[in-house]
Amino acid sequence: MTRRVSMTVNGRPVEADVEPRRLLADFLREDAHLYGTHLGCEHGVCGACTILLDGEPVRSCLMLAVQADGAELTTVEGLARADGLHPLQEAFREHHALQCGFCTPGFLLTSLYLIREQPDLDDEDEIREALSGNLCRCTGYQNIVDAVRDAAGRLRQESQTTKG
Amino acid sequence: MKPPPFDYATPRSVDEVVEVLREAPDESSLLAGGQSLMPLLNMRMAQPRVVVDLNRAEGLGAIELTGEGRVRIGSMVRQRRLETDQELRDRLPLLTEAARHIAHVPIRMRGTVGGSLAHADPAAELPAAVCALEGRLLVRGTEVERTIPAGDFFLGALTSAIGPGELLVAVAIDTPPKGTGWAFHEVARTHGAFALAGAAALLHVGEDGGIDLARLALLGVGSVPYVPDWLGEMAVGEAPDESLFRRIGERAGDEVAPFDDVHASADYRRRVAGVLSARALAEAAGRSNGRASG
Repeated sequence: MTRRVSMTVNGRPVEADVEPRRLLADFLREDAHLYGTHLGCEHGVCGACTILLDGEPVRSCLMLAVQADGAELTTVEGLARADGLHPLQEAFREHHALQCGFCTPGFLLTSLYLIREQPDLDDEDEIREALSGNLCRCTGYQNIVDAVRDAAGRLRQESQTTKG
Repeated sequence: MKPPPFDYATPRSVDEVVEVLREAPDESSLLAGGQSLMPLLNMRMAQPRVVVDLNRAEGLGAIELTGEGRVRIGSMVRQRRLETDQELRDRLPLLTEAARHIAHVPIRMRGTVGGSLAHADPAAELPAAVCALEGRLLVRGTEVERTIPAGDFFLGALTSAIGPGELLVAVAIDTPPKGTGWAFHEVARTHGAFALAGAAALLHVGEDGGIDLARLALLGVGSVPYVPDWLGEMAVGEAPDESLFRRIGERAGDEVAPFDDVHASADYRRRVAGVLSARALAEAAGRSNGRASG
């Protein structure tokens, strides 16, 4: 038996009839046709499927689509701005913080939450701890850490410019 | 790696949960934060006929601070809130510290207090912390609500005293006496990985300089949290010095019966448990009566 679910994904309404067992990650990929959310381990370890649910990072492989009924979601597709990449994405590109790119969507959304929570973020150990729930098999993490730290700085500067 | 088909219920209250459970008590799984049940469903290690989702049930998500220092934490309170709720942090810093060791932030965003306790994983942080705090678990069934002391709640690996047709509603904890020190230590292969061993400690040093309260609970070193019943006898009245804590740690390490697995040998876990016990008690002693933390 299916259920009607509707949610807002990256500012756009999405509706579909789904079985209760439909994972939120599969809903995003198969029903919303947003393929940026990647499924690695499907049991919450790798972090590739991390999205923002009402602004908070969650594993979309550990939630049912029916549980997100009425929620507001952000996936990697929702990051870029009208005039180009999000500063976090820019920083990832410049620092060579991705190689194969499979884990990148999860890293971006975990990092986005981290920077929003802690705009003054600069400490490498803190960044490493906060990103420890996301696995990357290519980069060795150093460039990811550099990118996140740099992005935090860019976003600080951006908010100062906006204020001024 | 997709869940098998199941019927899905979204009860709106605790009464409705009990009502739904009554229909198929042995074939229903309660879905709280989903950070343990969802992997089990994805891997089809769990195949319940009915998944009863607690996320839309009212009355399970509150932290209540009542008179006389009692704290009541609803079973659906997210683990992340244990870190961010300032009042709770002031009253039960041990719980905050334990929560910080649970997996990663995105897991703690969904994972719940009740889910962790009911799942009863031997390596989990909250069961040991709640044992050290001598919490009481409020379990609701068809007929009655019963209160189970933490020491009697964990029956074995992944097995709690919650019966078929029952749900965990809340955990009640008395704030330890003012000036009680606390510490939580664990060793894991990487940050956020399952603990190989860990220790939760509370300690209070009286005005005469002797210990008048000492509690310890170990995780990861057996099928249930290990709580040494001889601790009071060994510690109360003594001066809080390193050699005492080392002897307590050695005895605890000798008495626990951990398992060998791919992550660590039983012998290694025993040694780590002993060292962490001593370290946690020493740090708790340092924090007692507002002394500078160690």
